[in-house]
Formats: sequence, C-alpha cells, structure tokens
Amino acid sequence: MKPTLLFLGLSLALGTATAAPSDKQRIAELEARIQALEANAAALKQQAENASQAAEAARLAIEDLKQSQAETVDAMAVASTPELAPAGNSANAFNPAISIVLNGSYQSHSLNPDDYVRAGFAPVEGSGPETEGFSLGESEFTFSANIDDKFYGQISLAFDGSEVGVEEAYIDTLGLPNGLTLRAGRFFSNIGYLNSHHAHTDNFADRPLAYQSFLGNQFGDDGVQLRWVAPTDLYLELGMEGFAGNSYPASVGGQSGVGVKTAFAHLGGDVGIEHSWLAGVSVLDADADLSEDGFRGNSRLYIADATWKWAPQGNTKDGGITLRSEYFIDRRDGFFVDPDGIAPDTIWNGTRRGAYVEGVYRINRQWETGYRYDRLWADDSGPYASLFDPYRHSLMLTWRNSEYSLFRLQFSQDNPNAADTDNALYLQYQTTLGAHGAHKF
Amino acid sequence: MNRTCAVLLLGFLAAAPASAKLTVFACEPEWGALTQELAGNLASVDVATSALQDVHQIEAKPSLIAKIRRANLVVCTGADLEVGWLPQLIRQSGNAAIASGPGSFMTASQVSTLNKPTQLDRANGDVHPQGNPHVQLDPHRMLTIAKALSARLGQLDSANAAAYQQRLQDFSTRWTAAMQRWEAKAAPLKGRKVLVQHDSWPYLNQWLGLVQIGTLEPKPGVPPTSSYLVGLVAKAKNEKPMAILRATYQDPKASLWLSERTGTPAIALPFSVGGDAQSKDLFGLYDATLDKLLQVAK
Repeated sequence: MKPTLLFLGLSLALGTATAAPSDKQRIAELEARIQALEANAAALKQQAENASQAAEAARLAIEDLKQSQAETVDAMAVASTPELAPAGNSANAFNPAISIVLNGSYQSHSLNPDDYVRAGFAPVEGSGPETEGFSLGESEFTFSANIDDKFYGQISLAFDGSEVGVEEAYIDTLGLPNGLTLRAGRFFSNIGYLNSHHAHTDNFADRPLAYQSFLGNQFGDDGVQLRWVAPTDLYLELGMEGFAGNSYPASVGGQSGVGVKTAFAHLGGDVGIEHSWLAGVSVLDADADLSEDGFRGNSRLYIADATWKWAPQGNTKDGGITLRSEYFIDRRDGFFVDPDGIAPDTIWNGTRRGAYVEGVYRINRQWETGYRYDRLWADDSGPYASLFDPYRHSLMLTWRNSEYSLFRLQFSQDNPNAADTDNALYLQYQTTLGAHGAHKF
Repeated sequence: MNRTCAVLLLGFLAAAPASAKLTVFACEPEWGALTQELAGNLASVDVATSALQDVHQIEAKPSLIAKIRRANLVVCTGADLEVGWLPQLIRQSGNAAIASGPGSFMTASQVSTLNKPTQLDRANGDVHPQGNPHVQLDPHRMLTIAKALSARLGQLDSANAAAYQQRLQDFSTRWTAAMQRWEAKAAPLKGRKVLVQHDSWPYLNQWLGLVQIGTLEPKPGVPPTSSYLVGLVAKAKNEKPMAILRATYQDPKASLWLSERTGTPAIALPFSVGGDAQSKDLFGLYDATLDKLLQVAK
C-alpha cells in the first residue's frame, strides 16, 4: 500500500512540475489512478483484517485524494486533516454528558406574597408566589449517559440559593422489546403535558395555577414507570406509574407501599408538514394519610391536555404559533383533619377544577410573545369552600440570543380571591451550558 | 382502571404486526433518496424532514416518534447535526433496535469530515466537534456512503443481500458516469469565489474548487447582523465573488440585501432532495446545483 501511495504522490508532484496537460486530461488520469487505488484498498481491507489500521489510513488517503483531485499537490497537503487522532483514551472519555441550567429571576408583586390567599385552595409548597426580588429560580445540573447496553441513567440536581435537592434520579431500560420502556427511581410523572417537562423549557416564568394548586407545581416522587409506544402511524403512548406517595397530593412523608398510581395516554401526529398536535388524558390516584392541605383519604386528579403547533414549512424555531390547554378535575373522597388537632375530622367529598389556555407566537428565531389565561374553580362546600373562582392573565415577551440563552419579561394580573389583585412583574434569564439537550415536543 | 390499562396494553402487544419488509427512518431527504436508490422496493423509507426545513432545528414531534418506533434502521447524518432531536426520538420510542449497533447508520461517520474545530467553545456559535456534517454535496463521499449503506442493508436483511449488491452496482455505474459528466461541466467553476450564508458548503466547494471568501452568518447558527453585513459589502466589492450562496430553506433577506448593495447575484441552491423542482432525486439534486452555479458563472 505505502509504495503505491508514494508513487502516486511522486507522480502527482511530477505532474504539476512538468508542463501541465489540459485540466480535463489530468482529472481523467487522476480518476483512473483513484479507481485503481480504491480497488486496491478494497482488496486490502478484505485480506488484511488484522492490519485494519493500514487499511483505514489507505481509505482516508484515498478520501483526501478524491477531495483534492483537481487541486495542486500543495493544496492537497493542506486539505488533508489528521483523521487518526485518537478520540481521547483516558478514563474521562466515559464521563456522562453534563448539562447545566443557570436561571435567575427578579420578581415584583403588588400584593405582599405573605398576604397571598388563593380562595378555595390551601397553600401548599410551590403553590403561591415566590419571594420578591432577586432569586436563582430553578438552576440545575443534569448528568446522563448510557450505563451499559441495557440501561440509561440520568440525575438532575436542582439548587435554589443554599439548598440542593435531587430533582430526578432514574434509570431507563434500553433493551425491552416491542416499544416498552421501564423506568425506576425518582422522576417527574408523565401525566398531563407540562408535568414531565423541566421548568426551563416552559414558555412562561411560572407554572399555571392548576399545576400549582393540584400538584404543588410539579409532581415527582420515587417510583416506577412502564411506557409503551404503539407501532402505529399515529403516535400512541400508553403508560402507568406507581409512586411511594411522599409528596402532595399524597401524604407529607413516611408512606409505605404504593401511595400514588397514575395512568396516561398520549396521542399525536401531523396534519401536513406545517401542523403538529399532541393530546392526552391522564389520571393520578393518591391515597393520603395526611396531605399538605389536611386531607385524609383517596383523591383522584384527571387531566386532559392538548397542544397544537403551526410553523411555516415546519420550521418551528423561525416562526409559528403554539396553542396549549390543560384541564384538571380534582375529586376528593375522605376527611379534612384539623391542623391544630382540636376539632374532629370533617367529611371532605368534593370536586374542584382548573384549566389554562396559552398561545405563543414565535415572531422569528429571536423573539417570542405569548398570552396565558389561568382559572381555578373552587368548591362551594367542604373545608376550603369558596364562591369565588381565582383567575389570572399573563403576558410574556422572550428574547433568545441563541438556543442556549434567553431573557423573558412577564406581566401577570392575578385575582386569587374576591378582595385582592396581585400585579406581578417577572424578569428572568435562562441559560444552558454543556451538553446539548434534546427536548421533548 | 389500572387493570383496564394493563389489558389494553397486552391487547396492543398481541396485535403488533410483524412486518417482514425493512423499514428505514431517514433523518434527511438526501439519505432517504440514497436508501431508495439502494433498496428500491425492498424497504419502505420514512423521511423525517423536508429540504425546506432547517435540520439543525427540528422538534421531537410525536409523528417522528411513531415513525422511528417502527424502524429497523435509522439513516442519519450524525456528527451532532441532529443532536437536538434524534436522541429524544430514540429514547421516547423505546425502540432498542435502532438506538445503537447495526440499526444505526450515521453517514458522516463513514467519511472524513472537514472543518473540525480546534477549539470547542459556544462563543464561536453552533460548532460541531466532529466536523462539518453537511457531507451530502460531495459525490465521492456520497459513493463511499452508498457502499457502506448497501452493506448495512444487506447485513440487516441478509435474505436480500444479493439484491442490495446488485442495486449498489447499478447505482455505482450510474453515479460514476454522472460524476464524470458533472466534473466536465463544472470546469468553469474552478477557482471562482463565493460568499455563503451558513457554512453548509465546504464539501461542494472542495469538490468544485470554489473558494469561499466569507459567511453571512458571523458565527455558525448566529443570524446575520446588519453591522456585520456592512463589513461584507466592502469585501464583496473588492474580491468580486461569483455569487452569494444559500440553501432554499434559509431566510433570503440577508443574501438579497448584500446582493442589492454589491451587484453579486444571490442564488438559492437546493441543498437536499426536494430543495427545488428539479431536485427530485440525488442525480437531480446535483444537476440543479450545478445548473444554478453555472448560470451565474458566465
């Protein structure tokens, strides 16, 4: 092989040194030589499997020759890039992909967050406005990698000021047949639309009221999940989950067994090349000894979600419209436990509902604006009886420098009870660094 | 309720059809077209994107999850071109066959790539550590990829291995003849200068001997800014490039702006199969590209 190459190199050098024949003729000659070399390399590859390195070098040399066939020898030398450089043989080469989300926000509320009361709903963690002024928001580290041929692992650590928490830590199977995937560990449930999405992919600075009041912003817990994707033209995903039930709407902690069960179905597809849709129905069934809002018994949360996106030519990052809505029904069947432990338990049987509708208009790759309407329907009886139904309007404007950084301005007018109005202003930055994340639809 | 779901799940599993025909998921139209050339009706090919879409920026749509769920083979560019969506599709589909191994075929890994960055820093824009991924416009690389892809098809569908071999032979003959025709036709392009919108054309440039004197994007993936374009006006007036190249999927504004101020013609090249009316297959793609370049080369 080597002598052949040398010969070719020499002949090329001579070819340029002597009076040049017509370009056409030279190209034809080179073509013939390259074809001979190609045949040679193919034979070599077959013969010398143990000398694969030499064959690889030959292949690359031929590649380079082909690329530069009409160039001079000098130009050819410049064009050939070192291809055999090892891609890092150290132990670090197997380090997981690391992706870091750095967020920060500034919030201003016309109503003191300490005086905030949402009619018909108890204040649970993550349900009310956050503290005013500057805050880190939800900054997080995510590490992910294939563990081996059968498993994938991912851990997300979220930090907010001084506290660090394990947001998600799970393994997924990679090798189950027929489109089945099993997940175990701590993770966000796949119910509804927003619940499984990390907050940094949201279109607005905060979650809808229904997520805040029915799920404590986002439901995640320790458990297992089985998911199945149907082998159909239409996207159909079915799945179910079992969780310990250590967080709202289940008990506050110390639960044994399976406290929360969920089931979900998502359906989706395209209409032409410019329209895509995704819709789903989910249910979350929780058994609580004592939940954060003083509930003991069985609760069921039904969610219906729908997303529709339109983008010219299907280029969603350059323009288009996203419409999304989710509808919640929360049914309680149990007792309300007096937090002071003095009054006897009272029966809590009731239904509350919530919904939001949002529309986001992508103006171009950089600018995006959107509006969201939020609403909750309180129960007129039971422990949190209210005749007033909270609602909120939000308007946002987002500027992206690249797909890795954005700034968002949001104004919300929140009417949490009959007497109060909270005008809130959010200014937020969101950035991701490290591994390029692949986001869900 | 959960029991109902379990029954449903089992029902669907039992009903899952066992299809004998090879199902191929191609990320880009050029690889869909190549697979079509090499497999004919031995395989059914789903193409994820169109030539009028920016494949750097596709979403992991439900329809794509459904398609990749049924695939036996994924034919994509790789080199991180699809990093924002393909890994998500694979993970959500639960299809182990195409996650890695024989079911996964990355075309950029079959050939040497150009413009590997010496420094990895996102301050330099959307850089690809494995080199420029847009390998489809070098016919020599296309042939290398065709040979490897044909072998892969034969490996996955060994019953038809001879037929794939036969089709490769046929394709190689037609492709080599076409290459000679293209190279003869493209002779006047050698050494001509071009400006490009995005750095999508290094392979085409190298093949045809075009000299790229600048990009309209200040950094890869960063949209052109007016101050940067103003700087390019002087350069274009000085060096008198033959044309300003962009792909048909790209926003023409910046190209046209510069063209107006410098008199350099701005042209939209198909970039992939389906990128214009003439690019109905791979041969048409190269014909159309050369025709458009030769039109402004006079």
